[in-house]
This record gives sequence, C-alpha cells and structure tokens, in this order.
Amino acid sequence: MVIGEAAIRAGCRFYAGYPITPQNEIPEYMAEHLRQVEGGVFIQSESEVAAIHMVAGASAAGARSMTSSSSPGISLKQEGISSLAACQLPAVIVNMMRGGPGLGNISPSQGDYFQATRGGGHGDYRVIVLGPATAQEMADLTMDAFTLADQYRTPVMILADGMMGQMMEPVVFKEPQPRVYPEIYIMKGAGAGKSKFIRGLILDPLDMEEHNWTLDRKYQVIARKETRHELYGTDDAELILVAYGTGARIAKGAIKRLRNTGLKVGLFRPITLWPFPTNELRDLAKKVENFLVFELSTGQMLEDVRLALQGFARIGFHGRPGGVVPTPAELANVVTRQYDRKQGIIEHH
Amino acid sequence: MWCSGCGIGVMLGAMLRAFEELDYRNADTVVVTGIGCTGKSDDYLLTNALHTTHGRALAYATGIKAFNPKLHVVVLMGDGDSVTIGGNHFIHAARRNIDLTAIVINNFNFGMTGGQASGTTPGGSFTSTTAWGNPERDFDICALAEVAGANYVARETPYHGWELKELIKEALNKKGFSLVEVFSPCPTHFGKNNEMKEPREMLDWFKERGLPVERYRKLSAEEQENHFAIGKLVDRDAPDFNTRYEEIRVRATAQKAG
Repeated sequence: MVIGEAAIRAGCRFYAGYPITPQNEIPEYMAEHLRQVEGGVFIQSESEVAAIHMVAGASAAGARSMTSSSSPGISLKQEGISSLAACQLPAVIVNMMRGGPGLGNISPSQGDYFQATRGGGHGDYRVIVLGPATAQEMADLTMDAFTLADQYRTPVMILADGMMGQMMEPVVFKEPQPRVYPEIYIMKGAGAGKSKFIRGLILDPLDMEEHNWTLDRKYQVIARKETRHELYGTDDAELILVAYGTGARIAKGAIKRLRNTGLKVGLFRPITLWPFPTNELRDLAKKVENFLVFELSTGQMLEDVRLALQGFARIGFHGRPGGVVPTPAELANVVTRQYDRKQGIIEHH
Repeated sequence: MWCSGCGIGVMLGAMLRAFEELDYRNADTVVVTGIGCTGKSDDYLLTNALHTTHGRALAYATGIKAFNPKLHVVVLMGDGDSVTIGGNHFIHAARRNIDLTAIVINNFNFGMTGGQASGTTPGGSFTSTTAWGNPERDFDICALAEVAGANYVARETPYHGWELKELIKEALNKKGFSLVEVFSPCPTHFGKNNEMKEPREMLDWFKERGLPVERYRKLSAEEQENHFAIGKLVDRDAPDFNTRYEEIRVRATAQKAG
C-alpha cells in the first residue's frame, strides 16, 4: 500500500499486474486508487508476461508506469524487462521476494538477488535495483525509482520481500519531484512532433554491438553516480555485518544485543544493490578487518561483497534460504560463534 | 524484404492505402509489430512504430491504447505471434474489446525461422517440423476472435487486394477490437512442402477455396470442409474497453469527491 500510494504521488499513471502472494496489496490498492485519478489506468492483465509488456507500451506512450509481482512472477516478466532495457523505456518493477526456486513458497526470502542485479533476462544489460529496509524507505525509494527510470530511460526494480510487504510502520510521504522526461521519446499523437520508431531487434551485428556499448556507457555512469548505502555503528566497529532489506533489520537487532555484551559490531547496508556500493564497502576495509555477510539466501550478495573485499578483509557468511526468517538472537549467536577477537572470522568465505 | 510470392507486401500496401484514405497522420498512428516475417513490416513505415517481442505485440498495444486513446493503434502479427505464442494475449485483447485493429498474416507456418509448424498449420500438412504430416489440428483465428468478443472480424486473401483494403478500412473505423485475418502464400516454405511451390499455386488455392461468406454459409458442412469464408464475418457494437473504463473511472472519482 505504501508503494502504491508513493507511486501515485510520484505521478504513476499506468499499472498492470497479475495476482500473486505476497504482494496483492499493491494491485488492489492501485485498482482502487489509480482509477480515481484523471488519466490513471489500472489493468489486471491476463498474465505476468502481459503485464510487463503493457507497461512497456504505456511507457512508450508517455506514462509513468509500474508493475509488481513476487519471485515466480518476476521470472515470467524477465522477457519484458530485457526488452525495456533494450528499447530504453523507463518503468518501475516491484519484486516482493518469496522462497524459491520454482514455485517455492510464500514466505519472505532474498533468493532473487542474482536475478535482479545481473539483469535477469537475456543479453548485456543491467537494471537499477533498490533495496528498502523500512516502510519509509519503500515510500521514498518508490518515488526515487520513477525519477531514476526517467533520468536514465531504463527499468528500475524495487527489491523487497514478503515481510516488507506485510508490515505496518508510519510513513511520511515526501514532496514528489516534477517529471523531467523529454517529449521526443513519447509517442504522443495528435500531431505532437515526429513519429517514433522503437525497436529491440537489431539484426546487423555491428549496429547491435554499438547499441550494447551505448547501453554500457549509460550503466557505467549509473554505477559511478547512483550508489547508495547506510552505515550503522561502523565508527568504532571491530566487525561489520553486511546485509540489506529485511536482513539488515535483523542485523540491527543482533548488533544491539552484541553491543550489550561489549562486542563492537557495525552494519554496512547497501541501498542500491545494483550498482553495488563496492568502493564505499572497500573503504571500510581500511580500518576494519572482519566482515560477516547475512542474507535470507544461500549466499548471493556474498559474491558482490567478495568482489569488493577479497584480499582486503576476512569474510564470514550466515544465510537462511527458503523463506525462513531468523531472529536477531540467532544472528547474534552466529556472530559469537564465527568471530573470535584474536583470530577474527574463523570460517573465511 | 520478403520472398517472391509472399502476401505480406500486398497486406502492407492495402493497410497503407487504408491509412491514406482515412486521413491517418503518421504522428497519430502507431503500428505495433511482433517478430517474424510480418514483424519486419515496420522497416517500411513512417508512422510511429514499435517493434516488440514475439507474441507480445497485443500486450504492448493494450498499454499504448489504454493510456492514450487518441492514438490509432494497429497491430501487425503473423500466425505465430497472434495465436501460437501470443494466443493468450489475443483472446484477452478481444475479450477486453480494446479499440485496436489487429491484422494477422496467416501463412500457416513459421516462415522466418525456416517453415516450422504453427498453431494454424492444417492437420496432415507438411512443414520442417512435421515431415510426416501434422498430427495436430489448426486454429480458426476468426472463430477464436468471434467467441472471445471481438467487435469486428474479417478474412481476406492477397488475391482480393481491393476487398482487403476495404475490409481493413472498416476494421480501422470500428470502435473496439477488430481483426482482419489475411491468408498469405508462403511458396518458400509452406507451399514448397505442400505441392504448391509456385507462388501462383497458393494464390489459386485461395481463389478456388475462398468463398464470400454468404455463399460459404449456404454450403453443407461437408462442402464447407474444402472451403473457407472470406469477407466480413462479425460486425457488432459492444462498448470498447476505454469507454467502459472511463465510466468506471468517473464513478470512482465521484465516490472520492463525495
């Protein structure tokens, strides 16, 4: 609901989606409220595949557009996400992750990190991925997602999970930014400007290569300018946990417990999962030697942490895949087992 | 772009003449295409064009039309796009009765990829994936659109160029979902594999078997098996998606104000 309201306030005027647990609150909210807005279109599509392509069509016609789903549904949408990236069409996609692979279950999980941050569909492309950890951040990042999508003409994904989708927290909506999006990219009709040709099929290999490099240059700018992260208790820390989203909430609870026992633990929380805040994390390794990655998966973000820290620090890992949400107490126990003040992280990943 | 004897060029010419006669302006018109031989049509167009992924053209077009009803949205698909990989989008676009005109080139096989069987390959016929004859039956695209709720359904062949243009014009003028199915020769693949190697032979096949719908309906069921109906098959005026959507939206907004 927070995401739905933030999207409408941000000027989202087209939503298409297909029912899947645990995110039905978003389409239900959009169905009720987007239909009360002038020019607002909600369509319950015939499939996830249809939803993402309707979003692409509406985006080409100039709508700020959005779809949402949960893991299996996001897999179905990948064809369209790849196409949005190829055609340089802005759109916002929300993934409330649940346990996988396959149909999995409907419990909170972070098993779609690879899919989200590596593009997800076929071809050389990236998607900007934002990982909120609070309801407030879901509101703020949803609004920012529309701005980023327009600015870089690219799909942006909100990567949250079933727990974030079901919780209640107070939220203050920020003032939405006015849309900045050149009309030359919009199929407007009524004699507005030239006709446009938008395509994702480029048969000549040299032309296709050039298109790939054009996209890549854009991704490099994004990687340089758009990383976001949060530091929590890192100033005096001897050990730093790395976690995002729901995982970071659990980590904060664990850190409070550990600090009560005198162990100085901090948190590095990536907010952009792609681009990953590699340099910012590596900077921390200048003064801290031990890091422990915590995820609701078997270790996916762990690979990005390794790319940032391998050779600079010792890296531990704790993961609970399949829809299990551990308590802060469990994580605190794991930390005391895996970290020794003299040896550092015992089991180095 | 297309093989000699192909019917897509005839369809494209008829569509563009229809645009001209209806005074469609390039900037107000969007042609959405899928993938395959028919999908290559947009290389010839000066209207807005959106070259989409295989089977998804109708979903893209739905997004465009639902958000901006002022645009004329025309969707060009083959039999693969429309009723094989994209069959679900096809029946739901017709059910929504969204104000689009779908023109489907049906050449009974996948031409671009080398003549494999599609959802419209007749039972028993030969393609590169049915070397011993097709064990499956074919879809009747027009019947599918009719039962799914399309406001307008017509079928024509490139043998009847003028009639084709007239039917496309009627379809464009019709509010709601309209479909024009265009049977097309594919001498390169389907014709070659089914003893109609010369372009003329498939055209003759259409000429001999295609009957104006009034005459077709008078035939016995047995006689109908060797023929197909051409012309306007369905013409009705159910309210289209955008009209019904706007009614609901006005009601929802009034509730909010009240």
